Amino acid sequence: MDRKIKQRIAFTTFRIFSVSVVLMLVSILGFIVFNGAKAINWTFLTASPTEGMTAGGIFPAIVGTFYLVVGSMLFALPLGITAAIYTVEYGGETRIIRIMRIMTNNLAGVPSVVFGLFGMTLFVNKMGFGSSLLAGSLTLALLALPLIIRTTEEALKAVPDSYRTGSLALGATKLTTIRRVVLPAAFPNILTGIILSVGRVSGETAPILFTVAAYFLPHLPDSIFDQAMALPYHLYVLATSGTDMEATRPMAYGTALVLIFIVLLMNALVSLLRNSLKNKNSNE
Amino acid sequence: MMKRKGKYKKVMERGTERLLSASGAVTGIVILFIVIFLFREGIGLFRSPDVEKGYALYLNTKNPVEQLTPYEIKQIFDSEITSWDQLGGPNKAIRPYRVDDIFKEYPEEEWGDHYELLSGKLEEVIKSDPNIIAFLPQRYAPPVGADIKELPAKNITIAGFFGGKEWLPTATPSPLFGALPLISGTLLVSFLAILIAVPLSLGVAIFLSELATKKTRQVLKPVIELLAGIPSVVYGFFGLVVLSPAIQKIFHLPVGETALTGGMILAIMAMPTIISVAEDALDNTPRALKEASLALGATKWQTICKVVFPYASSGIVAAMVLGIGRAIGETMAVLMVTGNAAVMPVTPFESVRTIPATIAAELGEAPAGGAHYQALFLLGCILFLITTMTTVIAEFVSKK
Repeated sequence: MDRKIKQRIAFTTFRIFSVSVVLMLVSILGFIVFNGAKAINWTFLTASPTEGMTAGGIFPAIVGTFYLVVGSMLFALPLGITAAIYTVEYGGETRIIRIMRIMTNNLAGVPSVVFGLFGMTLFVNKMGFGSSLLAGSLTLALLALPLIIRTTEEALKAVPDSYRTGSLALGATKLTTIRRVVLPAAFPNILTGIILSVGRVSGETAPILFTVAAYFLPHLPDSIFDQAMALPYHLYVLATSGTDMEATRPMAYGTALVLIFIVLLMNALVSLLRNSLKNKNSNE
Repeated sequence: MMKRKGKYKKVMERGTERLLSASGAVTGIVILFIVIFLFREGIGLFRSPDVEKGYALYLNTKNPVEQLTPYEIKQIFDSEITSWDQLGGPNKAIRPYRVDDIFKEYPEEEWGDHYELLSGKLEEVIKSDPNIIAFLPQRYAPPVGADIKELPAKNITIAGFFGGKEWLPTATPSPLFGALPLISGTLLVSFLAILIAVPLSLGVAIFLSELATKKTRQVLKPVIELLAGIPSVVYGFFGLVVLSPAIQKIFHLPVGETALTGGMILAIMAMPTIISVAEDALDNTPRALKEASLALGATKWQTICKVVFPYASSGIVAAMVLGIGRAIGETMAVLMVTGNAAVMPVTPFESVRTIPATIAAELGEAPAGGAHYQALFLLGCILFLITTMTTVIAEFVSKK
């Protein structure tokens, strides 16, 4: 009977752990949502900050984050997807591909602040872009690159080989096969990876700290060489360096909620995609 | 016509392949670039003089002292060392002298239109006092010769960087770059985070893969994955407004921003990663193994301990290593909740400063190319090496 008691103790502990971890995580979410919801209204989403960040809204930060997401994807998507196509469809298992895979995995593990350091020397100083949307987008693109490569690779590998051989047997060239057969089949999974990396890019603070982010700008950026405000940096500023902490708190809660909302939205999109894919597959 | 089209197609085909391979090479090049840039800037620190660039220290030649360490220079100008006999000189009070002092002593007319008279005045001052130590810009420096000597500027040393206990990068005349408090701060916070996160995460992973019903699992897994995607600055904000006041109250501390607060926030952030990787590992255990163990009369817990765990151990270790990597590199949340005091931590209830937080907090004010800037890059190199190591270890272990 002794071992039964042991089992009961162990399992009860795990149950308690699980409940407390989930409760903890959910209560963090709940706390932000509950407090943030009070701050969010139409003005908050469409106005600039006023009165030393204690009133007004976060519109410039939303726009800035949007620009950064678009900008970084503009660089990272073509590069990442083509790189993945090469490694999966053309590369085989050569030594170069293996080294590249290790490099990609390595890049994925590099802390975001190191990307910030790198972006600052290369894009801001050496290339002379200054603190700008361009420099920030490039830095974030590097951060998103390994994520996109990995998810695209997995998506391509998930396409059954019979699709490829079938197409080739019909006389299609390799390029046509990739374009007409492999890519359409892998598309939903590739899209999943893209959405996840959009979520990641929109929430990163450390890489944009020195490459683009501005404390406050009275107007929206007009060119890619302008600085911009961004949501995560705005939250950091509101949380740590306001003159009147109590008065800025509601704004900070609101900003945090918008950030969480973006992540929730991206995750919802992903699970929607997955479900529709499942249905499609089961119909076939 | 057909032939030409076929040729065109072939060229296209080959061109595309080249293009694809080029973009494939880009990740490799990026990594190489990061390494080159980080290390070139970082290593430059050891070629920087240990006093501020463009400045030097001058002594009267009657003073027997020939060399000072950066730490001694700092102590002299902070009036922590006040007599030359502490440095191997005569028992005389030290008179620290900065270039500003000359402006106080002489009226504006005597400086010269382009400060060309300063050097002569400074010469007089140093000549007249054997106990003076003057920190002067080299452009206005007095002529070094029979009466005045310049302390030889040494480079910042590797031992000074990795063994130094003082991180005072903006101190004049001699900034101190001792990374030990930052390294130990990072290790302390990460250690606390792992201490909290690993048992909890393993518990949850076991629950999810072995105990939970299918329905619970279907609900919990996406929730946990979702939490891995929440930006670190949001966690940091939560830590700042909820956790750190709570810790301050519970432990009766003067401030709530401590290593423990940082460790707890990091643990919360690392848990989703560890849980999902460990759960995948546990889940991969073949059903036949488990059923065989149960059929032999083992309890479920015995099966988990003796069969599932050993089988999944490499995956679990990989999960832990990934969690450590994430904790060590995490920047914003830690920056917001650890209080950022660059001192050697003794207990978890003190403010600490981690390597990533230091980079994020100081890079903005460090002039490009200066010693401070280089020191921050060197910290970046350390971070890069640590996380590279964790990735390699995780890969190696999970392959086994």
